[in-house]
Amino acid sequence: MTEDLSALLARTEAELAAAADLRALDAVRVAVLGKSGSLTALLKGLGTVPAEQRKDRGAALNRLKGAIEAALDARRVVLDAAALDARLAAERMDVTLPPRPFAAGTAAEGGIHPIARTMEELTALFGAMGFAVAEGPDIESDWHNFGALNIPDHHPARQDHDTFYLPEANGRRPVLRTHTSPVQIRTMITQAPPIRVIVPGRTYRADHDATHSPMFHQVEGLVIDRGITLGHLKGCLVDFLRAFFGISDLPVRFRSSYFPFTEPSMEVDIGWSRKTGELGQGGDWLEILGSGMVHPKVLANCGIDPREWQGFAFGMGIERITMLKHGIPDLRPFYEADIRWLRHYASSPLAPATLHEGV
Amino acid sequence: MKFTLSWLRDHLDTEAGVDEIARTLNAIGLEVEGIEDRGAALASFRIARVIEAVQHPNADRLRALRVDVGDGRELSVVCGAPNARTGMMGVAALPGAFIPGTGITLKAGEIRGVKSEAMMLSAREMGLGDDHSGIVDLPADAPLGESYVKWAGMDDPVIEISVTPNRGDALSVRGIARDLAAAGLGTLKPWSAPAVAGAYKAPLNWKIEDPRACLWVLGRAVRGVKNGPSPKWLQDRLVAIGLRPISALVDITNYFTFDVGRPLHVFDVAKVKGTDLTMRMARAGETLVALNGKTYALTEEDGVIADAAGPEALGGVIGGEHSGCDEGTTECFIECALFDPVRIALSGRRHDVRTDARARFERGLDPAFLPDALEAATRMIIELCGGEASEVSFAGAEPAWKRSATLRFDRVRDYGGLDLPADESVARLARLGFAVQARDAEKVTVAVPSWRNDVAGDLSAYRAGGGTLTQFEGLDPARAAKAAEGQAAIEPECDLVEEVLRLGGLDAVPAVSLPAVAVIPPPAFTAKQARAALARRVLAARGMQEAVTFAFMEAKTAALFGETPEALRLVNPIAADLDQMRPTPVASLLLAAARNAARGFADVALAELGAAYRDITPDGQAAVAAGVRHGATPRHVAAPSRPVDALDAKGDALAVLDALRVPMAALQVTADAPGFYHPGRSGVVRQGPKTVLATFGEVHPKVLAALDLPGPAVAFEVFLDAVPDPKRRKKGAPDLPPFQPVRRDFAFIVEEKVAADALLRAARGVDRALIADVALFDVYRGKGVPEGSKSLAIEVTIQPREATLTDAQIEALADRVVAAVVKATGAVLRA
Repeated sequence: MTEDLSALLARTEAELAAAADLRALDAVRVAVLGKSGSLTALLKGLGTVPAEQRKDRGAALNRLKGAIEAALDARRVVLDAAALDARLAAERMDVTLPPRPFAAGTAAEGGIHPIARTMEELTALFGAMGFAVAEGPDIESDWHNFGALNIPDHHPARQDHDTFYLPEANGRRPVLRTHTSPVQIRTMITQAPPIRVIVPGRTYRADHDATHSPMFHQVEGLVIDRGITLGHLKGCLVDFLRAFFGISDLPVRFRSSYFPFTEPSMEVDIGWSRKTGELGQGGDWLEILGSGMVHPKVLANCGIDPREWQGFAFGMGIERITMLKHGIPDLRPFYEADIRWLRHYASSPLAPATLHEGV
Repeated sequence: MKFTLSWLRDHLDTEAGVDEIARTLNAIGLEVEGIEDRGAALASFRIARVIEAVQHPNADRLRALRVDVGDGRELSVVCGAPNARTGMMGVAALPGAFIPGTGITLKAGEIRGVKSEAMMLSAREMGLGDDHSGIVDLPADAPLGESYVKWAGMDDPVIEISVTPNRGDALSVRGIARDLAAAGLGTLKPWSAPAVAGAYKAPLNWKIEDPRACLWVLGRAVRGVKNGPSPKWLQDRLVAIGLRPISALVDITNYFTFDVGRPLHVFDVAKVKGTDLTMRMARAGETLVALNGKTYALTEEDGVIADAAGPEALGGVIGGEHSGCDEGTTECFIECALFDPVRIALSGRRHDVRTDARARFERGLDPAFLPDALEAATRMIIELCGGEASEVSFAGAEPAWKRSATLRFDRVRDYGGLDLPADESVARLARLGFAVQARDAEKVTVAVPSWRNDVAGDLSAYRAGGGTLTQFEGLDPARAAKAAEGQAAIEPECDLVEEVLRLGGLDAVPAVSLPAVAVIPPPAFTAKQARAALARRVLAARGMQEAVTFAFMEAKTAALFGETPEALRLVNPIAADLDQMRPTPVASLLLAAARNAARGFADVALAELGAAYRDITPDGQAAVAAGVRHGATPRHVAAPSRPVDALDAKGDALAVLDALRVPMAALQVTADAPGFYHPGRSGVVRQGPKTVLATFGEVHPKVLAALDLPGPAVAFEVFLDAVPDPKRRKKGAPDLPPFQPVRRDFAFIVEEKVAADALLRAARGVDRALIADVALFDVYRGKGVPEGSKSLAIEVTIQPREATLTDAQIEALADRVVAAVVKATGAVLRA
């Protein structure tokens, strides 16, 4: 760049730095790039430059134009931000003012999400059976989510979990919990038996399609006591399922299965009609939850002697039982916060789930 | 795992039909995923012969056929197929038959004056594909009158079951048959493998260079083989379960994988370099071109089978392309090996190879079955491909897998919940192959069969799954040791209880309601959980719709709302816009508001009880009751619509805190809310100098612009973990003085910057006993008030305590109020 052009750039930059507001900025722009601006004049004068220098001169002018435009833009961002700050400062309000004595909406317009409603119902029903609600973090250690539950690193069951991982920290790899079962572990470590807890909560798996969401909800149940048998597990689940779905003779079927953290393990089906979706009749079976007697290794991992204490655990998908109970056909809208869907499926905040009013 | 009914019957002598088999499989833990009975819909169709095909007298495009349907009748059929010709064999449907491809039940009729008493079928009409170019053209030797389905080999239902990770033995038709027989559904047919004498010395030797790579391996060659296509029955079976027939040798190895659960590999001896096959760990930089055509970069943790040229197979996972058998193979070498399940699982996962071999090896195979499997495979190869077998070469040895387990009979009742006679428990175990070693009145000790790696396994046995104890690090050592001892003592017995229960089906266990802990149980919620439930209801009662949103979002968007540490960014997000654990649920709710606005619903009020993530520790996850309001309040005759503002959000936050019994009078509002709020229209609700209970305010215009929200939007966060438990359950005595309160109004002119709260506090502080309440009831700017100032009007409620106050006393108090306000705020009393 020749001397005259360097000088023009330096001068413009100085003027831009001095421009205190957008109006001043625009004045600089017009003075350089406007119809009779200094750079515009140089560009117009290009025709008078000797042919052999014209190419170099033209290129230099273009570079200069680019540099000036960039400087203008940079300054504009700064001034825009300052203008916004000034506007916001002028808009200051007294936030110590008391709020309105009434809300912007009413209970008739508001609503409780169906997932929260189901959790309330779970709490009411299992609460009646002496269960307390336990909670745990979404971000878990590999040990809480897998190792303690008898799922070592190489276990084929890990493939089914589609785990989300967070960056390794201190040689350990945190995960987003793939089930609510790690809270079993937390409870057994911190609490001496007898234990009766349910754990409703968020869970995460790297799976996203019409029937899977990367975030969903499960409820875990854990009972540890003396003399608890598989018969109690069946009784507890039958009692719950019939009360939850409000069908006193709901058919419930138990099938042998396998989970690393229970033994014996079983999957539980309820009777329904595949054709109509109606529960309780129709002769078809719908898998609804997994369960089993807590594996001796899991007890021992938490310091509980399996010769003395035994019990059961179960886990089910909250969305699944919610969809079944209310006939909600699609999983994905649960998380989309579409106000039309929410209004349609929400329950009233003034009618919480209680046993005496009915869940 | 798929198999056909006839295949199952190779191993199981049973009268049971498909439905009963399926029911039993479900009950014993081999869940039926589906049953495909390809032939059921076609059962009535017969093979027929076209005696004569001539042009239809009254239609150009139709033909008139005389058809022999095999029962002695000769029927007239009108047919539109261009390929219908005299003498051809085809498939006929008779009136009353349902035609799956058209969905119509066939009726006899007359078409343009010619009777049509049957129908000749195309493949599409039978639902067997898209071919509708003509009627099915069968070979000339197809048996007239025979069921088409039977002739075509489609009368064999395919059953698919899902096999749980503990049951490697059930990944074989024989294993399934064994379980069904044990459950009482028939008899397991004997299976034996008579030895094939070796005619020559094995051309290849096994070497186990590293025991991590392989525990035990056998092999033998068969020379003079002809590797053509395998016979139709074998191809049919493989096709039925979804495999592609390749060549006789390869099909035989696949057949063994599914038939007896024994993966094998066959090398082409001519392609192996040198005379040694070595089981060793891969060396850095080695690669393998596998049978699936992919090239794998091996690691030093992978066990391989190598010849002089390098790795020829990723042992137990996938074979190599180079040394596999093909049509030209004349001498093959069968590999029958036992690998460490853990290493197979990790290698398979590392390279993302899912093969039938891996699925079996990683679950654990029968460690005693190798010699028999090799003999049987040799025999089958000679049967189908000819040739003669070499001697067996081997390396390593059968692992010490033998172990026993003891069942106390009362544990079936006291653990399993089923009162079962001891004899029945023993009989069930025996049927599963557990041999009784000792028995008395209380207990039985059985030997665990070699194929059940999931029962009574420990580290000394060859087994998969399970895993050892990984006890919590913080346990008291004595407690940990006692628990570990208990586990070692009791686990094998639990395994046996499971087997005993499983065979009878768990439906046999009576359901027993849980014993009550107390007639009236204690509350299920802790105080903190109850607070969250109440907060949820308070917000919904204020017109907010509760939402549930994802806890992760795009990092760039999250950054508008707070810190987005790398530690909270998912390593493997499901989508690029779901990778950062959110700093606040407000972010998710504003995104939701933007989606609603884009759909034409701009005026929304959304709340969520969700987490904000600060770090990866449990304490780094904060429970937040958050909400956003966007747009305007509804239009109504009684209350005009107005844009939402910061005081709406403040009202929401304070309503939650009030419901949670936070002492409201002691709260302070400061103007240092997070950066996603409008700096001049937001606040932080504090209890004392350190505890932040809530934030509220208008959303920053920059955030609105970034989220494409038209605005205005307000938001709040209530930090539920920070809300203290109420001090007492019982309330103190109410304040019920007998004297009437006196109310006096004051108006002060103050500078704009003075917070109304400061003025109210100054007035309240004058006399804590006599001044019961101070309330702001008007803020005025305009005529009579200088520019840059505002008028604040307050009502002071004076509550006499001892006696009615005299006018003079009231005036004196009023003067003190004015003085205190003036002193605190620089106010001027408005005349």
